[in-house]
Amino acid sequence: MPLLEVKDLQVRVEEREILHGLSLTVNKGEVHAIMGPNGSGKSTLSHVIAGKPGYEVTGGQILFNGEDLLEMEPDERAAKGVFLAFQYPVEIPGVATMTFLRTALNAQRKARGESEYSTPNFLKKVRDVAASLNIPQDMLRRGINVGFSGGEKKRNEVLQMALFEPSLCILDEMDSGLDIDALRVAADGVNALRSPDRAMVVITHYQRLLNYIVPDFVHVMSKGRVVKSGNKDLALELEASGYAQFEEA
Amino acid sequence: MAAVQETVDRVRQIDVDQYRYGFETIIESEKAPKGLSEDTIRFISAKKNEPEWMLEWRLEAYRRWLTMQEPTWARVDYPKIDYQDLYYYAAPKPKKEISSLDEIDPEILKTYEKLGIPLREVEALEGVVRPEGERKVAVDAVFDSVSVATTFQEELKKAGVIFMPISHAIQQHPELVKQYLGSVVPTSDNFFATLNSAVFSDGSFVYVPPGVRCPMELSTYFRINERNTGQFERTLIIADKGSYVSYLEGCTAPQRDENQLHAAVVELVALDDAEIKYSTVQNWYPGNSEGKGGIYNFVTKRGDCRGAHSKISWTQVETGSAITWKYPSCILRGDNSRGEFYSIAISNGYQQVDSGTKMLHLGKNTTSRIISKGIAAGKSQNTYRGLVTAHRKAANARNFTACDSLLIGDKCGAHTVPYIEAKNTSALFEHEATTSKISEDVLFYCVQRGLSQEEAVGLVVNGFVRDVLQQLPMEFAVEAQKLISISLEGSVG
Ligand SMILES: Nc1ncnc2c1ncn2[C@@H]1O[C@H](COP(=O)(O)OP(=O)(O)OP(=O)(O)O)[C@@H](O)[C@H]1O
Ligand SMILES: [Mg+2]
Repeated sequence: MPLLEVKDLQVRVEEREILHGLSLTVNKGEVHAIMGPNGSGKSTLSHVIAGKPGYEVTGGQILFNGEDLLEMEPDERAAKGVFLAFQYPVEIPGVATMTFLRTALNAQRKARGESEYSTPNFLKKVRDVAASLNIPQDMLRRGINVGFSGGEKKRNEVLQMALFEPSLCILDEMDSGLDIDALRVAADGVNALRSPDRAMVVITHYQRLLNYIVPDFVHVMSKGRVVKSGNKDLALELEASGYAQFEEA
Repeated sequence: MAAVQETVDRVRQIDVDQYRYGFETIIESEKAPKGLSEDTIRFISAKKNEPEWMLEWRLEAYRRWLTMQEPTWARVDYPKIDYQDLYYYAAPKPKKEISSLDEIDPEILKTYEKLGIPLREVEALEGVVRPEGERKVAVDAVFDSVSVATTFQEELKKAGVIFMPISHAIQQHPELVKQYLGSVVPTSDNFFATLNSAVFSDGSFVYVPPGVRCPMELSTYFRINERNTGQFERTLIIADKGSYVSYLEGCTAPQRDENQLHAAVVELVALDDAEIKYSTVQNWYPGNSEGKGGIYNFVTKRGDCRGAHSKISWTQVETGSAITWKYPSCILRGDNSRGEFYSIAISNGYQQVDSGTKMLHLGKNTTSRIISKGIAAGKSQNTYRGLVTAHRKAANARNFTACDSLLIGDKCGAHTVPYIEAKNTSALFEHEATTSKISEDVLFYCVQRGLSQEEAVGLVVNGFVRDVLQQLPMEFAVEAQKLISISLEGSVG
């Protein structure tokens, strides 16, 4: 059974159709890259999978491990293993990152009927992951993303991904705003999470990221549909020729 | 902090309908006849066995009250109160004198337990000795109108601190009561304060002698428990020269249909170099989901920094009541004195809050600081009303005010009404105000990470109020944090 199956998905936002019958199948262990011009609907797809309010699904289906994802509340989807690393992570003043991580992790574990982490185990886990991502301890004491640089915000997303151990990771433009070194650190963090039990959907505009996170499949989105799929060479092709060839399609 | 966890768990277990603290204790009570007249006042005074001067004081206030008009300037709206349709006094049936908490009516104790009233009282009950260095808490439990018990009296007595129901202080320390009662909030002050002066039932009295640092937090739990009984608490705290005291007040009330009037008066006096810290967590019944019922909370709280270098700090967490009309204030009379006001006011459902503070700078080099966090959800209205003034002689007066409002949903309102008045050109007053909404993006971020909508709102709101929560004593802060989440339940989705 595929981990994620998006079938003929049609989505409207404020009366305007954005996704016009999009299909995508992702199996465990695979890494899929999604590329496509601005406004083609990449973030919309990731939001609908994660359950963001404000989108109206007018047709199609999303199955996650065979279950109807669209029937679930967003926090339920998170507990079942759907993780979305945001293109624009929000800031939450006054809520220490550490507190947030623990509250969220324990909420997920509780929803799955697992016991809560003990404080020492939790702290150790966070410290280890943070160290591997070059995240200084004092960042964890600050309000979530408050005063973080663009690169720090993205690394904070990867930190959470590592901590929550989701089975589906959707990374929306993880590379935007990262310098070369930060990109490598974040990509290493992501690669460390590749596993036969987990799949990743990597949304990006740049082939460069895919040199670090090498995908099994590359999809090109245009105007709310997947218009072409291929292997990693498709990304190189795009880099050379641009999206123009798909625009008329 | 096992103790703190226990508090959290207890609070979590409380589960009574929408309003988590809605239940009643059945205790026989002794009521004054309905309505207000000189006879009612004589009844109250006689019940309490008061000296003649106290009765006269009350009667004078009552006569004054008859000439006064109910104020209408606050942004609150409620049906006219029929003052003749209320009871002004109710007491649990008198029992034998009690020397410790475990002699209290078990019904009452059960009520406290259901409330999840913390460990410290339970500890007090069981005589648990805390490890050296941990601060202790003394409780003067006010149940309905009569104080039913006082603990830790011995230790306080050793330090020379007087902490007792004000009705006892009138008997035992008449000279102190005569000197200070009404010296901060005069009997003629305002409609509700004057009413309180006439009919006040009970409350706390604290006197800290010169140079004494009160060895424990003083705590009172107020509870309204009689149908149709107005509550008229009267509290008087005096910190003599160079002394320090921290006082905690917390309230909850049972669910009921009729609106209940509550008009308390709190007076604080800080002499030279003295400091008073007064913290409140207020969680009275806010009314049901249609806006029916709920407490009318018309409170006059005022502190007088009477001595040089004195300091008074108010911290309040206001989550309950149908209507709140409350402005804890500081009169900065002594040179170099300081006033502080830290406030979290949460309104949900149909609640109306009009709260804020007054900082009156009279002395030289006086400073004040106001941090107000208003949170409005549901169909509620939340107003911050603040007054900062500098007298002609208040050279170098300084005030900093920050008012932040957070809106949850789009049917509620937040309003900021600052009045600033400087008669001295060297005064420097700063005012900052922000209004924001909890954004969909922030909530979605949290739920994407596994939090429920309600947990997400609780988390964001607790972040918003964090710098005020930090002003509360540790254990209180934990309760308050929990309460904030409880009171916002059902505010989204
Ligand atoms: N809430 C919204 N209201 C109106 N239009 C929206 C909304 N969200 C998305 N859209 C529109 O949907 C289209 C797809 O947007 P989306 O953010 O999914 O694109 P994208 O492929 O992620 O673009 P980018 O590469 O710039 O991030 C755009 O035309 C956008 O304007
Ligand atoms: Mg996008």
